[in-house]
Amino acid sequence: MQVNEFKPLIVAFCCNWCSYAGADLAGNNRLNYPAEVKIVRVPCSCRVNPMFILRAFQKGADGVILCGCHPGDCHYTSGNYYTRRRMALLFSMLDYLGIEKERTRVEWVSAAEGAKFAATMNDFVEKVISLGENKRLEDLRCKK
Amino acid sequence: MLNKTERQKEQILRSSGVNPLKCMRCGKCSGTCPSYDEMEYHPHQFVYMVETGDIETLMKSDSIYKCLSCFACVDRCPRGVEPAKLVEAVRLMAIRQKDANHLTPNDIPALLDDETPQQLLMSAMRKYSK
Amino acid sequence: MQRIGVFVCHCGTNIAATVDVKAVAEALKSEPGVVFSTDYQYMCSQAGQDIIKNAIAEHKLTGIVVCSCSPRMHENTFRKTAAAAGLNSYMVEIANIREQCSWVHKDMPTGTEKAIILGKAAVAKVSLNAPLTPGESPVTKRALVIGGGIAGIQTALDIADAGFPVDIVETKPTIGGKMAQLDKTFPTLDCAACILTPKMVEVAQNENIRIFSYSEVTDIKGFVGNFDVTIKRRARYVKEDLCTGCGACTEKCPQKKVPNEFNLGMDNRRAIYIPFAQAVPKVATIDPNYCTMLKTGKCGVCSKVCTAGAIDYQAKDEFVEEKYGAIVAATGFNPISMDKFDEFAYSQSPDVVTSLEFERLMNAAGPTAGTLLRPSDHEHPHTIVFVQCVGSRCSSCAEKGKEYCSKICCMYTAKHAMLTRDKYPDTDVYVFYIDVRTPGKAFDEFYRRAVEDYGVHYIKGMVGKVVPEGKKLKVQASDLLANKQLHIDADLVVLAAAIEPDKSARPLATMLTASMDTNDFFTEAHPKLRPVESPTAGVFLSGTCQGPKDIPETVSQAGAAASKVIGLLSKDKLTGNPCVAHSDENMCNGCSTCANVCPYGAITYQDKEFRMPDRTTKMRRIAVVNEAVCQGCGCCTVACMSGAMDLKGFMNKQIMAEVDAICK
Repeated sequence: MQVNEFKPLIVAFCCNWCSYAGADLAGNNRLNYPAEVKIVRVPCSCRVNPMFILRAFQKGADGVILCGCHPGDCHYTSGNYYTRRRMALLFSMLDYLGIEKERTRVEWVSAAEGAKFAATMNDFVEKVISLGENKRLEDLRCKK
Repeated sequence: MLNKTERQKEQILRSSGVNPLKCMRCGKCSGTCPSYDEMEYHPHQFVYMVETGDIETLMKSDSIYKCLSCFACVDRCPRGVEPAKLVEAVRLMAIRQKDANHLTPNDIPALLDDETPQQLLMSAMRKYSK
Repeated sequence: MQRIGVFVCHCGTNIAATVDVKAVAEALKSEPGVVFSTDYQYMCSQAGQDIIKNAIAEHKLTGIVVCSCSPRMHENTFRKTAAAAGLNSYMVEIANIREQCSWVHKDMPTGTEKAIILGKAAVAKVSLNAPLTPGESPVTKRALVIGGGIAGIQTALDIADAGFPVDIVETKPTIGGKMAQLDKTFPTLDCAACILTPKMVEVAQNENIRIFSYSEVTDIKGFVGNFDVTIKRRARYVKEDLCTGCGACTEKCPQKKVPNEFNLGMDNRRAIYIPFAQAVPKVATIDPNYCTMLKTGKCGVCSKVCTAGAIDYQAKDEFVEEKYGAIVAATGFNPISMDKFDEFAYSQSPDVVTSLEFERLMNAAGPTAGTLLRPSDHEHPHTIVFVQCVGSRCSSCAEKGKEYCSKICCMYTAKHAMLTRDKYPDTDVYVFYIDVRTPGKAFDEFYRRAVEDYGVHYIKGMVGKVVPEGKKLKVQASDLLANKQLHIDADLVVLAAAIEPDKSARPLATMLTASMDTNDFFTEAHPKLRPVESPTAGVFLSGTCQGPKDIPETVSQAGAAASKVIGLLSKDKLTGNPCVAHSDENMCNGCSTCANVCPYGAITYQDKEFRMPDRTTKMRRIAVVNEAVCQGCGCCTVACMSGAMDLKGFMNKQIMAEVDAICK
């Protein structure tokens, strides 16, 4: 049983000012979340180019989550509003391509919300596990 | 399942298109209402009573026939709550109700007040004034 | 090829308890580019840092990866370590294996596996890093304050006090702003002029402050530390340096029927005028719209009576260009127009006044010399109705009102009601309120005094309509607590009009590339932690241009803005953040998309000559990022359609490499 357990690969993009600090706070409070989540630090959630997300899926990621400051709290004033709009478009396109909406998510996590960060990751990983492996965009040439 | 009160409220909100939660309780509707003294329940009370689901009481009250539908309250409400539309919705609900107090055209004159102009007249003026 | 060193920290047992640090160091050794890998108990300790320094020297490292705690914790420490060893401090990457690995995962195999992946991602990123040097720019040690109300005055005084020169630009002929028009100030009831005018005199006498009155800012270029500003000095037809402010001209001018804007048009002034007795600068101004001499060329009385020879009918607008290091916006507010509120009959009856007009009616220097008289017939009003929230908290009437609470009306209405009852105890005073909001030191006590000691009738409810009838104003209102409709025959109705930002703020914000909210209030850099700074570097906010405020709040914000300006001007050079956007001029097609998304206005366009393959040259429009202004959010990099824009330190290929390493 244990051997066949599906371990998803999750890429999390976190903005430096709120969500990355929120993830650090989850660590400070020793709140567990699955090790499948790997965090990439970006200055602002609006730095995340849709290409990065496509690349992650192409390279075999099973889910991608994007975390930013709450609307109105962006360190750069308006970055997360752009994120929200861009990702709404990207995610619906991905959904059309067969990457289910549950595999992609934008979540607002402030620097004080360590618990929310952990809970979000737990929930997200659980959803992705229930969907199983992502085969849609995976580029087989990339796998060794 | 919704109980009767909730169902009534739901229907009133849907047929009127009014969101009573927008009300900030300033009372300008009642301050501006020309038939205030004729009404048992006043425009601001309509909003609050619909919000709390106390619609049965409103349906039984004469107030729903005393409102002129002049829409002064709608025009002047700073929050866009539109109390007159709520009154109209409650009135419609009362009229459409079967058995209980279903109105026949003959019943209407008795409900009208000689002192105040009729709703129909006011609505017509509102409609054709523009 | 980079020569990368990897340093894995145990952090005591913080990391080592759930991550096999030796295995991590070993695994990362085989990554491309890694030439050295080690682990140590505490990397951040002096001994740990020495290991890094030695390894950089010994192995000629060109980049290092430290697998340790969060970069928010020790990134700077390790950057300094690298710099001390002669390595560019931006050739350092941190793999966060404590907060985001060992502390959140329980067992050794999982922790170790994840730590290795995070380490690989950091190695992948650092191998694409390029050395970065923060840009430096000089600072012009002079500040510009736009607006000469109490906010601008206080900001200028505080900056000047620290020894920096300051210029105030004010559109009116005098500084003083709205506070000069007030009668008394809540909650202590000091006379506004008594506390404001000494400050105005202080401004005039301060050697570090120049006042450009009757002037406006017409153009702003440049960036933090280096603004180039053009100021238009409107012709006032009176030589400022010669005029003594004696006022002889204002008494002799034959054109007497000019509405006096200082008293909100409730009385008249002459065509040549000094707005009020304590004006600073105390210099006369000719109103070209009314002056007979300027309009027809026949009069010249003022020039005849002026013993100083200050009158100059030939004066023209002048433009002054000046450099500034910092700009403070203090453009203030105005009450909104009451013309569209038909129900209150403001435009039908002169006896319906706004609160600011009421201030003038109560003021000793006002149109009635301080006696409260009705504007229509100059009789004493016996019943006064105050209406609060006129146009404030009004979400359904965007074309006439404002959705926000104007904040100051509750208090000034209490003040007006109290002063009226104090001076004229025979007056009945009604205040119609929705909520009474008194969050301020001694504010609620003040309001309660109006009710309990002065007998002001506070009624929870709103006025529905006001109808002028004969000499009276018929007020129809609701009393929500008594559940009654009230009909009051009032002599005077006072409307607490909402306040809105001054109209000059919007064009100014465009010139400053400072952002504004939907109500045209300036946006602050952070709503909680940077409330006096605009997101645009070098631009600061003072007073009501940022949001509704009372005088104490305005003064404290003005001081805060001044301290930020002083902090900026006391630097000789500004060191920027090197992680800024950069546009590849060969790829840029000048489409402006990046400039449209940039919240800082850091992107401008210039025409540049390019050599084409066929040896001709061609002018092309390309984007140029001002590194001193860019804050490095990276929004433009995603918006750029041609892929010309990239963010140094977080380049597309670096993030891609990280994603690749994680997904391998």
